Amino acid sequence: MKNLFRAFLAIVIVSVILIVAINRLNASQGFSGSDTLTVYNWGDYIDEELISRFQEETGITIIYETFDSNEAMMTKIQQGGTSYDVAVPSEYMVEKMVEEDLLLELDHSLLPNMQNLDERFLDMAFDPGNRYSLPYFWGTVGIVFNPTLLPEGTEITGWDDLWNPAFENQILLIDGAREIMGMGLNTLGYSLNDTNPARLQEALDKLKELTPNVKAIVGDENKLLMQNEEAAIAVGWSGDAADIMWENEDIDYVVPEEGSNLWFDNFVIPKTARNVEAAHQFINFMMDPEVAAQNTEYVSYSTPNKAALEFMPEDMVEDERFYPEPELTELLEVYENLGQQNLAYYNELFLQFKMYRK
Amino acid sequence: MENKVSKNLYMIPYALWIILFVIAPILLVLYYSFFDIEGNFSLVNYKNFFTPVYLQMTLSSFWYAFLITAISLLVAYPTAYLLTRTKHKHLWLLLIIVPSWINLLLKAYAFIGIFGAYGVANNFLEWIGIGSRQLLFTDFSFVFVSVYIFIPFMILPIFNALDNLNPSLLYAAKDLGASGWTTFRRVVFPLTIDGVKSGIQVVFIPALSLFMLTRLIAGNRVITLGTAIEQHFLVTQDWGMGSTIAVFLILIMFLFMGLTGFRKRGA
Repeated sequence: MKNLFRAFLAIVIVSVILIVAINRLNASQGFSGSDTLTVYNWGDYIDEELISRFQEETGITIIYETFDSNEAMMTKIQQGGTSYDVAVPSEYMVEKMVEEDLLLELDHSLLPNMQNLDERFLDMAFDPGNRYSLPYFWGTVGIVFNPTLLPEGTEITGWDDLWNPAFENQILLIDGAREIMGMGLNTLGYSLNDTNPARLQEALDKLKELTPNVKAIVGDENKLLMQNEEAAIAVGWSGDAADIMWENEDIDYVVPEEGSNLWFDNFVIPKTARNVEAAHQFINFMMDPEVAAQNTEYVSYSTPNKAALEFMPEDMVEDERFYPEPELTELLEVYENLGQQNLAYYNELFLQFKMYRK
Repeated sequence: MENKVSKNLYMIPYALWIILFVIAPILLVLYYSFFDIEGNFSLVNYKNFFTPVYLQMTLSSFWYAFLITAISLLVAYPTAYLLTRTKHKHLWLLLIIVPSWINLLLKAYAFIGIFGAYGVANNFLEWIGIGSRQLLFTDFSFVFVSVYIFIPFMILPIFNALDNLNPSLLYAAKDLGASGWTTFRRVVFPLTIDGVKSGIQVVFIPALSLFMLTRLIAGNRVITLGTAIEQHFLVTQDWGMGSTIAVFLILIMFLFMGLTGFRKRGA
């Protein structure tokens, strides 16, 4: 009995010590202090050196967490377990989060560096007047291809080239209804936000003709498959293209001349934020031209920061694959929220396309 | 009296389990299937299911599930038979089951490497002089990988059935002049048919609703009902249509259980 009591006492003492230790540790890392900032971003989407620099300059401790899908991020913010101060959703998700009342309005007076952003990328339909969001990076949907694997005498400049019979069984498509249906619509010269059933049907028929050239319809595996030269051509996002080109230098990317999708990842401040002032400070810091330039060099996506371009290497800025000329940018469209019903129809047609056998 | 009370107490976990995790989900699926994408009560999902797209999908799901089950059975029965004849049969059985402890996704990714244009399989084909060909994203690779994944579940029940077979029955058959083939056909197979049936059930039913493999290995060239359910729940967020497909899958499974004989006869 005495032994049992001693054992019990020992457990209690150890538990108390552990609790005190945890509190101390948390305090020393700033988890409970007021001068911390919790940033929630996509994985590998910032130059970490900039985080240290921000911490040194402001004395604010950054807790940095990452996510790998918009949906996962939104769910976590909705649950409110962690009080995220800054998050980086894509444009359609910004719209959705505003609808669900998950975001705080930005205080533009605390964000003087906003003036560095390219006006072309401000005041977009998904967030008029940038009340809730500011663009962090942008990109396109286009064609990744490996010139060494292409049959001789072929070239790729636009969507229409993909229908070339020489590319039989060579194309990987991304598994997304909006992206692929959008490609069909763009090829025919229609808007990728079109909801006219007749035109969508026409796009589907056009896509069905592409079937002999399609090797597979895949998700994120396309990066691995392209790097390993499993296929010559892939339709995907410019961000993935940059990653693939980093791993395999032969590979090239083109923004289709018929037009394509333009996407944005954006800074927002969720309702859960505890340190709203520091959140503004951080967003403003990231929009500083030099900071943005350094960050862009690291991430290698396209920056919406006009002033930053001057601080970046020339070959990067002049790379039309990632900074297409104005005439082409005119043809790029942002996905509009088409509503549940239309989205369902897009998916239904995409399913039919997938079911279609050569 | 007390015995009865304690018996009822023991029933509680079972009853709770069945209600919470079997009956409630099925009812919920059924409930959701009656709502269209706007959340209105309607039968439109059931109408949609009987359009060529979904009927064709159902047919192709059946076809692939049948192929996977049939090939698994063809490989599993002789294997199980052989295993029961070996000295350390339980060790060999364990070795066959070990791969099923590895995560399915991991195995799928491994096969992407193996079947790739420059993968092991093509190197081998090159070496024996056939020359490399496309293996990944074909029906062949899809069925192959599925069979690989499901085969332990086919071998286990057949192995158990064969293992429980009384050897004196075989001696009796031999004594009475039956040839090896006749013994198998008239004695061994009928006595192990229950093992075969449960093997078919545990393979065919999950094979009907496979989804990850259809993208990773078949590159969405094979579309099963499982793929459609995944898309409706995750992308379209049309839970009604997803649930309707699930309802049909459940019905098909009940039908299948009935056909293959759910009740166990003897041991």
